Amino acid sequence: MTEFQTVVGLEFHAELKTNTKIFCSCPTTFAGEPNTHVCPVCLGLPGVLPVLNKRAVELAMKAGLALNCQISPFSKFDRKNYFYPDLPKAYQVTQYPLPICKSGYITVPDADGNEKKIRINRIHLEEDAGKLVHSGESISTSNYSLPDYNRAAVPLIEIVSEPDMASADEAKAFGDKLKLILEYAGVSDVKMEQGSLRCDVNISLMPKGSDKLGTKVEIKNLNSFRAMYRAIQFEEDRQRRMIEKGEKLIQETRTWDEGSGRTLSMRSKENDHDYRYFPEPDLVPTVITPEWIEAVRSELPELPDTREQRLKEECGLSDYDCAQIVDTPALAFFFDEVAKLFPDTKIIANWLLGDVSRLMNSAEKEYEQVPIVAEDLVYLLDQAKSGAINNNSAKTVLEEMFTSGKMPAEIISERGFAQISDSAMLEDAVKAVIEANEKAAEDFRTGKQQAMGFLMGQIMKATKGQANPNLVKELLAKMLK
Amino acid sequence: MGITVNDVEYVAKLAKLTISEEEMDGYIKKLSSILDYMQQLQEIDTTGVQPTTHVLPLENVFRADEVRPCLPREKVLTNAPDTEDGYFKVPKIL
Amino acid sequence: MSIYDMTINELQQALTNKTFTSYELTKKYLERIAEIDPIIHAYITITADAALAAAKASDERRANGQLLSDLDGIPMALKDIFCTDGILTTCASKILANFVPPYNATCWQRLADAGAVLLGKCNLDEFAMGSSTENSAFFATRNPFDIERTPGGSSGGSAAAVSADLAAYTLGTDTGGSVRQPAHYCGVVGIKPTYGLISRFGIIPYASSLDQAGVFAKSVYDCATVLEVVSGHDERDSTSTPYPIGDYRGACRRDVKGMKIGMPNEFFEEGIDPRTIEIVNKAAEKFAAAGAEIIEVSLPHTKYALPAYYILACAEASSNLARYDGVRYGVRVDKPSLEEIFCATRSAGFGDEVKRRILLGTYALSSGYYDAYYNKTLQVRTLIKEDYDRVFASGIDCLLTPVTPGPAFKLGEMLDDPLTMYMTDICTVPINIAGLASLVVPFADIEGLPVGVQLIGAPFSEEKLFTAASAVEVPRRLPPDILEQAAEKGVER
Ligand SMILES: [Zn+2]
Repeated sequence: MTEFQTVVGLEFHAELKTNTKIFCSCPTTFAGEPNTHVCPVCLGLPGVLPVLNKRAVELAMKAGLALNCQISPFSKFDRKNYFYPDLPKAYQVTQYPLPICKSGYITVPDADGNEKKIRINRIHLEEDAGKLVHSGESISTSNYSLPDYNRAAVPLIEIVSEPDMASADEAKAFGDKLKLILEYAGVSDVKMEQGSLRCDVNISLMPKGSDKLGTKVEIKNLNSFRAMYRAIQFEEDRQRRMIEKGEKLIQETRTWDEGSGRTLSMRSKENDHDYRYFPEPDLVPTVITPEWIEAVRSELPELPDTREQRLKEECGLSDYDCAQIVDTPALAFFFDEVAKLFPDTKIIANWLLGDVSRLMNSAEKEYEQVPIVAEDLVYLLDQAKSGAINNNSAKTVLEEMFTSGKMPAEIISERGFAQISDSAMLEDAVKAVIEANEKAAEDFRTGKQQAMGFLMGQIMKATKGQANPNLVKELLAKMLK
Repeated sequence: MGITVNDVEYVAKLAKLTISEEEMDGYIKKLSSILDYMQQLQEIDTTGVQPTTHVLPLENVFRADEVRPCLPREKVLTNAPDTEDGYFKVPKIL
Repeated sequence: MSIYDMTINELQQALTNKTFTSYELTKKYLERIAEIDPIIHAYITITADAALAAAKASDERRANGQLLSDLDGIPMALKDIFCTDGILTTCASKILANFVPPYNATCWQRLADAGAVLLGKCNLDEFAMGSSTENSAFFATRNPFDIERTPGGSSGGSAAAVSADLAAYTLGTDTGGSVRQPAHYCGVVGIKPTYGLISRFGIIPYASSLDQAGVFAKSVYDCATVLEVVSGHDERDSTSTPYPIGDYRGACRRDVKGMKIGMPNEFFEEGIDPRTIEIVNKAAEKFAAAGAEIIEVSLPHTKYALPAYYILACAEASSNLARYDGVRYGVRVDKPSLEEIFCATRSAGFGDEVKRRILLGTYALSSGYYDAYYNKTLQVRTLIKEDYDRVFASGIDCLLTPVTPGPAFKLGEMLDDPLTMYMTDICTVPINIAGLASLVVPFADIEGLPVGVQLIGAPFSEEKLFTAASAVEVPRRLPPDILEQAAEKGVER
């Protein structure tokens, strides 16, 4: 029987982290009452004109640089024409023949654990559509729809890969890596659940060893990487069966149905693909100089691959620890902050991956919301390292820092963790006080209880109040027997 | 070159226009004569000529990423044929 | 001298001298509109109350010595394609018959800030598509010089309003000649400045890469006065020029002596009425007599401008007019499904000419035809533009040409023959294709019908056009009495 090779290409839409929309000054803030983040421009009222948001251009450049793309010296916008109630102008402003970035790549591990380069064909800038609220369960059963244009014209980048992935695993690895890079680069929030990152799959099968691509199927409506993974597996299987049965695959768009775990054919409307692209006359071209590219590049933070390398080499962390840290950008950034103030990166890694992560998990919080600041954690680590408090106490202090938001020093003193409870340490102090106050010592021996108070006071004074009083009493009793 | 009924129906569908049977002849006749006239462009050799999309040599016109006030919602909806709870309202798509 | 025949300058003087107030002046204009406009049909909407209130405010400013500009208190009107905050803006289309914009077009905002008094909104061919104003969804406008003829189009209402003294000046738009052709037919001065000089923000688009607002006025100097106020960069229009505005009024007083005026052969070929050619030659003689040098030039791609224009304009229009879908604004035709609403709303809301151009443009952009039509046309556009670049680079200051083959044609004469109607734009469309500046100034008449000449300049050479136009300008000729014409020709109000 013929063996088949899966060929997968991915398209991602990522919402850019700008304050305002791509062509007007309305806020991009998520949520908000329907149709309150709109103006004549994003509503497509007659006569209004778009003006390009410079920040959106720079974030797209950043994405391109982070994904090893060439930044186009000359790019422009086009109109993609189609009617839909979520599209106020009945055309989407996008980039067709001249996108802002071209020819990039990222590397992911393949099935054998070797590094594999997945090529990126292009990244282009475009505007998002509005949102339709449906009266019924779904678009097909509802009697009416309610357009809300708050999302209309929010800036997006579309990232199109080459069909370089050979499995659901590789696709998942590409998705994970892409998401991580965009998050590090500060380009997008990449939250699939909020729709700030969306993904479509192109998949076909071809006989192993062949170079002729099979009939391509597009899968839409994937709102998690898990769904993408399952959809690819389902589709590989469906297509293989059809080919084996000698049935003809049709080039079509299918939708992922999470409930049944299947892809379903979308009733494709004729004419749907004649978008009549043409240059957008209301916007002028974007010309990007090498100087501008360098200025944007200098804003890029350290990206995952180099970061992982550095943690291994400079900090001597294990591969596992490195991966753990790098996979959560907020954790990695927190690590960097702490590492600036505390030299032992191994200890930092242990704390962050251990207790801090545990506390974040049990509070069901993302690392972005970590409730402590680097300085306070460093104070705590210093206390533990110097032995001023023991490790168990330190863990308790950390826990209380999470719950109460108090400073570590405050917690230590309230809890008395800083007391000198070491009898060896205290013995010297007690001895010195007895020697310096022979009269009082004698009185104590003869049973004068007031002398006890005096001696205690002297010892507390000598230890700056940090001696454990019970222990001092015990020591006095023992030494003046 | 003639434009056919199929051509007119195809572009009418794309443009969301309905052309009735009675109107069709008139459209074919007028569009054909205009398209014939436009055919004369084909006689020019434009090999290697750059297309002009903008007559002014402008580039890099940008806006700062600063939020400005939106349109109050009553003004957003005031021209709408139908609304509900702050939304525009349309019947089912198909 | 009649109050209606006074130029902006003369009106300002009279207002300053307290010969009359802006309120009285506005009232006079409104009275004339009430009397004459039922015959001419220049206006779609008359904003009498707002006009009187604005005039009163202007009078108060004048009394307090706080005049905003030389246009303060002067009654004017806008083509109903300029969005006016809180005032009906229809574009002469059924589909926008109830549309009230919540914003002002930038150029109207600038006039309002200068103290202009808006009398109303003028008729046009629906969405500016047409050359006779007969494609208005509401009514046709009549030519004040012969009420059985067209005022031209698409800004026919704005041209007729100035010609018939129903406003001191008006704004129009010009995509392929829509200011210049009606100015010529109606015997008024009309300028279509360089693409990008006047912001397009708030002007309902027909063809975005060709559309440009323009001014109709009773004299070249008035035209310069208004242009100085409405021009200049607008941050809301990415295609608006960053260049500074010129001294257009100063240019009107400069000497034409030594200017090099080109006459392109291709504008005097077959199809142009010999009487029109004779008039343009007379203008050339006048220039020569004033010390300008007349030079024959050639613009070899001129004949391709008209087919190129219709492809470009229709393609852009097919996209610009897609938003009228009955969802957010405009007149919706109710149906059980949205798909049916789209088709029914658009089919009932647009007139025949608009539908024809949408179909043509959709066809030119559709899969399989893009390269043969649209892209080819963009290349031809380059060739046409290069013709002009070459001529202006050779030292020519401006060109002198006819505006249209002949004078105003009869109402209804070309309604059933769109191609012949398109041919009247043959001398005006190349200027929009190449993004040049152009001005029409009345010069003579053919059998009582006004005939103007067209002056064409390089981008942003408006000052030169004003200098040249001032040199050939003749005293304003008034149309025959409108009410008498109506009585004679049996036209009812
Ligand atoms: Zn907006």
